[in-house]
Amino acid sequence: MDLNLQELERTEFPVPAELENNIAITSLSQLYNWGRRNSMWPMLFGLACCAIEMIATASSRFDFSRFGFEVMRATPRQADLMIVSGTVTKKMVVPIVRLYNQMPEPKYVLAMGACASGGGPFKEGYNVVSGIDKYLPVDVYVPGCPPTPQALLFGMIALQRKIDGQSIANGDDVPWYGIGPAEPTPVPVLGPDIIDPRQMDMIRRQAEAAAEDMAMVGQRELPSATQLVAAKVVTAEATSAASAAISDDALSFVLPTGGNPWTEAEEIREKRRLRALARKAVRASRRAAEAEEE
Amino acid sequence: MVSPAIAPDDVVNAVSIEDSIAYLKSKHPDAVTDDEREGYSGVVVQASKLLEVARAIRDDLGFDYLSSATAVDYLGAGDHMEMVYHAYRTSGGGALVFKAQTERENPEIPSLVPVWRGADFQEREAWDLYGIKFPGHPNLRRILMWEGFHGHPMRKDWREAYYEEEQKPFDNRWPGGHVHRSEEKNVFGKNVTYPSDIDLNRLMDTSESEVYASLGLGVDVERILDKDGFETNELVVNMGPHHPSTHGVFRMVLTVDGETVTSLEPVMGYLHRNHEKIGERNTYLHNIPFTDRLDYISSMGNNHGYVLAVEQLMSLGRKYNPPTYRCEAIRVMMVELSRIVNHLWAIGFWLNDIGAFFTPVLYFIQERERILDFFEAVAGSRMMCNYMRFGGLFGDLPERIKSVSNLTNDRIRDYNTMQFLTEMVNERIPRTIDELEQLLTQNEILLERSIGVGVLSADDAINYSAAGPLLRGSGVAYDVRRADPYSIYPELDFDIAVEQDGDMYARYRVRVTELRESVRILKQILPRLEATEGESIWADGKPGAYAPRVPFGEAYGRVENGKGELGYYVVSAGGRGGSSNPWRYHVRAPSFINLTPMGLMSTGYKVADIVGILGSIDIVLGETDR
Amino acid sequence: MYGTGLAKGLMLTLRHFVDSFVDDLRYGLRKYSHATDNFGLRQGTAAKGVITVQYPDEKVAVPERFRFVPFLIVEDEDHPTRSGKDWCTSCGICAKVCPPQCIWIVRGNDPDTGRPVPEPEAFFIDIDICMNCGYCAEYCPFDAIKMDHDYELASYDRTSHHIHDKEKLSKPASYWRDIAPTRAYEEMLVRGTWEHKDAAKEARRGAASARAGSRTQQPQAEVQPAPVVTAETAAAAPAASATAEGATPWSEDDAKREERRRKALERKAKRAARSGG
Ligand code: SF4
Ligand code: SF4
Ligand code: SF4
Repeated sequence: MDLNLQELERTEFPVPAELENNIAITSLSQLYNWGRRNSMWPMLFGLACCAIEMIATASSRFDFSRFGFEVMRATPRQADLMIVSGTVTKKMVVPIVRLYNQMPEPKYVLAMGACASGGGPFKEGYNVVSGIDKYLPVDVYVPGCPPTPQALLFGMIALQRKIDGQSIANGDDVPWYGIGPAEPTPVPVLGPDIIDPRQMDMIRRQAEAAAEDMAMVGQRELPSATQLVAAKVVTAEATSAASAAISDDALSFVLPTGGNPWTEAEEIREKRRLRALARKAVRASRRAAEAEEE
Repeated sequence: MVSPAIAPDDVVNAVSIEDSIAYLKSKHPDAVTDDEREGYSGVVVQASKLLEVARAIRDDLGFDYLSSATAVDYLGAGDHMEMVYHAYRTSGGGALVFKAQTERENPEIPSLVPVWRGADFQEREAWDLYGIKFPGHPNLRRILMWEGFHGHPMRKDWREAYYEEEQKPFDNRWPGGHVHRSEEKNVFGKNVTYPSDIDLNRLMDTSESEVYASLGLGVDVERILDKDGFETNELVVNMGPHHPSTHGVFRMVLTVDGETVTSLEPVMGYLHRNHEKIGERNTYLHNIPFTDRLDYISSMGNNHGYVLAVEQLMSLGRKYNPPTYRCEAIRVMMVELSRIVNHLWAIGFWLNDIGAFFTPVLYFIQERERILDFFEAVAGSRMMCNYMRFGGLFGDLPERIKSVSNLTNDRIRDYNTMQFLTEMVNERIPRTIDELEQLLTQNEILLERSIGVGVLSADDAINYSAAGPLLRGSGVAYDVRRADPYSIYPELDFDIAVEQDGDMYARYRVRVTELRESVRILKQILPRLEATEGESIWADGKPGAYAPRVPFGEAYGRVENGKGELGYYVVSAGGRGGSSNPWRYHVRAPSFINLTPMGLMSTGYKVADIVGILGSIDIVLGETDR
Repeated sequence: MYGTGLAKGLMLTLRHFVDSFVDDLRYGLRKYSHATDNFGLRQGTAAKGVITVQYPDEKVAVPERFRFVPFLIVEDEDHPTRSGKDWCTSCGICAKVCPPQCIWIVRGNDPDTGRPVPEPEAFFIDIDICMNCGYCAEYCPFDAIKMDHDYELASYDRTSHHIHDKEKLSKPASYWRDIAPTRAYEEMLVRGTWEHKDAAKEARRGAASARAGSRTQQPQAEVQPAPVVTAETAAAAPAASATAEGATPWSEDDAKREERRRKALERKAKRAARSGG
């Protein structure tokens, strides 16, 4: 277990002389923390599969109201804790950030499950955000796919321990006791891909580089239209040619109509073929080596 | 009310599939040709004649139910786009598969919405993900991604930001697997890429305005300006994507006139996790745990549909052993248990939606926990069972449902599996269903809230491709387990639940009856399990390979899942590329297609009924958005 | 009459309410005692009320097949010859079957010959991607990777904690035998020994000259599988040395294991008889 809960619980450090007046704050902190940790209302807000386990945790068998996660509120205005329970998609992260901005401080975020922590099994997908912490500050991560109700409870207790360790004298710990309300998190924009306003500068630089014909890193690789096969009329012939093609071996494959055989497609296939051959060669050599060993 | 069982051999097929195809060919000799590719079936229809042929298929041949319509990109294998349609008769029987092909550049295929309304969302999906245009479609907009997204991501040449290789397994994992996080390699630190011609000066979020602009909603500026048509009481209401009763991240935009809904448009894609794109990178085996995450309430059913589809493909090859009897019996048991879980969950949350907040659902979750305990002991996980394999299962039932203490304060349980099952099936589950009925069936508030609300007529249900309890609640006795039987369902004795009224209450009744029928099936399964004890779950006694050879061809495996007909359309490119990855992997998601008639069902009812109507359809977002 | 349906429903809620309390009273304080095992009863099919698990004072122990994140098996500290050695041979199968591709393996190479050695140099699992599917454990031909039962993994920082490296992944073989005794036993039967396949192979090679190899060829057909004997002898040595400090986990395990083995063999004989008849 990575979490040293004891360490976080300890709030009474030996007090140096110059800090003696802060003793009042320490006790006040404890009172504040006690109040906050035991009245932590989560937002009724489910994203994906993990939400089902969250509901199971809320229901009678595991019952997180035993810890003061008393009721789930559907409105962000009444919630203290956002349990991000499931896959965050690019389309959904916009409302999530808005909801977070609407929550009153103090507010906490718990990332439930692999998806909310770091993208999860769907990380490679084009519409998936690789972890809610790319947009919001996360207090506790609960791994698992899905975390069982007990794993979630453990995470929630860990959050309470974290709150116990906070001190109102320390502005880094608890920004909400600073002066004035905190800056809202900028809401992402759905453009050609999702755009985080905080990255605008970086995107602009990349675009400028692209305008000057320098390679733009992170640019979408779409094949240009000219690379593709010239337009074909789908006739019965073409159909049967295609039919023949698909049942053919890749090696003896010929395009059904004329056109440039070195299309992107052909290249992909060629690469794949070469890779397969390479794999085969490796396998063969490995087998040979094994045979030798025997 | 229960209709008499339709045994598979009672189904009167006026014309067999072969005769139907022959009829089509004689009627449209120049437009319809056989699909002669190895392992493929059905016919290829010339795109220009598609509408006429489709009408003939529906009206002359009686294939009134369009189950699935999906696109395939044959890049490098003919370089064309293809729409694949699976049409069925609601009287039962197999599929008439027909396809229409178009070029990859500016692909265009006539819309089939005039023939089957059920094609509506599926064609929008094909436009969104493949860029195929459908002239004649009333509302061709993106459905899963947002308007303004760059490109059509399911096309084979479109690559994600975190693209590594065409197919898994990736070469850089082994033997030189130096770990990295994908975001570290992306200059933006996020899963994003931008087209090189991005215009940063004109960046704004148009996705929202697009939603309203093309909805055809009541906010008609012309009309508001026009004095005679001036109405002040028309409002646009947004429900979701964060709404306690949309069962996830689902959104409805509705216009209301006073309290009455005048139009409703579902907006989805908030949980679009690119299941199919990832599925095409995956190997066949990789996809099984991913199917768990489709309808995450009933993962066993998802597994079953997928393994059926792939087994269908594998059976075309030479080396294929069908699953043993014990394997089939366990599969059916697991699927029926998850149907029970699903219906308990659906009814419970539907009650939440119409006002019985959380009390009933807590009772049902309590029962669900017992069943999940069983899943956990057998398959290893409460929800994501990942239990079925091609030709077998992950493992036989354990002798005892037993836990071992590991963490501090762990309390152990230890039951005999068969005894546990017997008690569940004979006592606990029937008792729960009785309680459920006692709690709800005669409850006056429930009756008043649900009778006559959200009515869907039988004809509409069929035309809109509704499935599952939604279809059967409208008086159509169509259940895949009987209409197109699979596994050992033909030898089991059970009835199809059907109700005639088509309202919310009818759907509730259908679910209750199905719960009872599932128990009836389970009672027949238990003796079968006992009789086959000791038999292997694998035909040849040992587990299947992790990279099974799947020959060329296409397959459509479908099962009756809790939410309706769940289908998997899988295309295998066979040995091409030397891989065991599917070329196309499509999920016909009942939750997605059942939303097509949502607008129709809601119009004219009060705004407070909308969540109830949605709840009575029973959707789960993992499956809706995939 | 209007309202009867409602009243009936309310009666049911009342009954559930009462049931919960009756059950609670029935188990009373025993609930908090560690010794009794009425937990299974309360969470089983017989319980009537709605009974909450008092996490963290009592936890539902997970079943043997439970899967959370994977871990790697290394030989026990007290193993006479292979102490601390990886069971993993870095064959790469788990990395291939992993659906979200979250396993990274660096195969070890012999510094002198450059030839691959059957031991991973590095092994990573990104648990922010892992979908707990269990494929790695299922398809590993050496039983070297298994699914852990420890779900209490929450952390405050994922960048440093959520990529498990070899050190973090490695757990002794005895841990696996503890958390999943039945499965470990079944695997042993397939493998033919409690030890790693290779260890058995070496032992066999060594013993081949001394005795006829036929017995080790089909260990499962024997009533007394020969490899078990090797396991016991291997286990007996450290057990004997540790008896001075009282019962070692090893000796305890042996008794338990022996009992289980006997039962499993009985079961197997029964099954065989049934399928034969
Ligand atoms: S972590 Fe797993 S269970 Fe949770 S949302 Fe992601 S895929 Fe679903
Ligand atoms: S499959 Fe097993 S032996 Fe092979 S690399 Fe993975 S853990 Fe090691
Ligand atoms: S459990 Fe599944 S996802 Fe996790 S490492 Fe193993 S194979 Fe990969």
